[in-house]
Amino acid sequence: MSYITVDGISKTFKVAKRNSGLRAALKSFFNKEYTYIDAVKNVSFTIEKGEIVGYIGPNGAGKSTTIKMLCGILLPTAGNIKVNNMNPFTDRKKYVSNIGVVFGQRSQLAWDIPAEDTFDLLRDIYNIEENEYQKTKEELINLLDLKDVIKKPVRSLSLGQRMRCEIVASLLHNPKILFLDEPTIGLDAKSKKIVRDFILKINKEKKVTIMLTTHDMTDIDKLAKRIILIGKGQILYDGSLSDLKQKYGSYKKITLITKDTIKDIKVKGLISKKKIDGGYSFIIDSNVLTISKFINNLSTKYSIIDIDVDNENIDDVVLKLYQDYEI
Amino acid sequence: MRSYLNYFKLSLITNLQYRAAALAGITTQIFFGLVYVMVYLALYESNKGVNAPMDMQNLITYLWLGQAFFAMTFPFSKNIELTNMIKNGNLAYELVRPQNFYFKFYIKFLASRYVSTMLRFLPIIVLAFVLPHPYKMAMPYSLGNFIVFLLALFLSSLLVISLALLMHIVAMFTIDASGIQSMYMVVAELFMGSIVPLPFLPKILITIGNFLPFRFMSDFPYRVYSNDIPLKEGLPLLLLSLAWVIITILIGLLLSKKALKKAVIQGG
Repeated sequence: MSYITVDGISKTFKVAKRNSGLRAALKSFFNKEYTYIDAVKNVSFTIEKGEIVGYIGPNGAGKSTTIKMLCGILLPTAGNIKVNNMNPFTDRKKYVSNIGVVFGQRSQLAWDIPAEDTFDLLRDIYNIEENEYQKTKEELINLLDLKDVIKKPVRSLSLGQRMRCEIVASLLHNPKILFLDEPTIGLDAKSKKIVRDFILKINKEKKVTIMLTTHDMTDIDKLAKRIILIGKGQILYDGSLSDLKQKYGSYKKITLITKDTIKDIKVKGLISKKKIDGGYSFIIDSNVLTISKFINNLSTKYSIIDIDVDNENIDDVVLKLYQDYEI
Repeated sequence: MRSYLNYFKLSLITNLQYRAAALAGITTQIFFGLVYVMVYLALYESNKGVNAPMDMQNLITYLWLGQAFFAMTFPFSKNIELTNMIKNGNLAYELVRPQNFYFKFYIKFLASRYVSTMLRFLPIIVLAFVLPHPYKMAMPYSLGNFIVFLLALFLSSLLVISLALLMHIVAMFTIDASGIQSMYMVVAELFMGSIVPLPFLPKILITIGNFLPFRFMSDFPYRVYSNDIPLKEGLPLLLLSLAWVIITILIGLLLSKKALKKAVIQGG
């Protein structure tokens, strides 16, 4: 039996809707119209102990809703969740001692007091033994480079510092599972790197099972071997990242600098053509059309000043995935 | 348990930061106490011979007790922390803690009431005792009355909190509950005897008030203190007061469970 089993869960929200303007407002005052939105539809997957899973999808796809159901905050409209043989919603009190959660867009730290005071409060909330608490805290603070930061009132911290403190707060009780909902949102390159290294480290050393959602594909590239793609509330892809790269990785980006005007070219394997400043940018599928053949073809007709060949980055891969699934 | 007790400590720390607020509270309560006492004295003076619904000394004591424990028995004040959490969805973090949501906030509310009452009531009581007659507050009627008063006051604080919390839980269904909250304020203040003591109300309202829980929030403890409600009646009322506490807590607990089941976390 898997560590986390999600079996056909759905979540339907009832949402009041009306058009803008006074008339519509008046109308809805007397006769409110509701629509039912399926934020998540019949989603199933399993996660094994010690895995890192990237949960991706465009805005509004149902990522956060799934995470909230996995945390026991929201009750699924239909379906079942079993984590370590517990039902997150009905066994909430017992269950949440085993999980850590970071919601990148929210804060669990008290605004006016130093983060360390919130940590102390969490020690009491989770009933952590003093020695163990000090040890864990020390370790986390060193790993996330927060020594001086935790003494300052939270309101005076930068976003990156605060986010790192949030992660400490979520891990003080040594959870076995960690849910990260956009943990790197708004962070600078250095903070992102610290957070990523840290996630890899606790996964490797403490065997923490991690599920993270993000819009930053570098996060996924660096962290997750497996991704689950969700769109419009349904799972579209569940598998390894390298498979995905192989499938879409044959796409190459070729940038040409030229003064000539290149007219429409009709050749099999050319995916797109775009005029850019001082030249053109092409995307070709190298499985169908080899790079040399393509360039040969062009260089016979036009004078090329410079040329640049690039692998498509993971962002484009995912974008293509979204396009393929029309989400 | 330790975590719940910690809220008392936190509340004390927070409240101690606001010395000026405590001082302002004390001054306001003393001012209001004096004005109320003078108004009622004038009323009694100009209606000599009319059968008043309450003995004057009992009334004065009632008024001072009302001012001294105002911070505890005030029926409703919006808890900014919880209200904001419900509105902006930060409630999500509260729900991933291994605590009972309802009791956590119950203790938090109670802690902040107790702490602010502790910082305010003593100077008011002392002043009320040293004032010259007829402004002066009286000693409890008997030791028995005093004990029942203390128990009733304790139950009153529990009742105030469970009702105030209930008014916050309503907000989980409607997002903004200011309408129902202000209505609650009006009804509670009338029937708890904080506008005028209950005996001054028309007969019909007294009858209605007797069926409602609100009188246990201040009218009952303050009147049993001076034996305006005799001890013999006081004991069964104490039990009724306890029953209301249990009922309102159960309703709150059930409603909060129900609210969480259909909870929507606002803002993604």
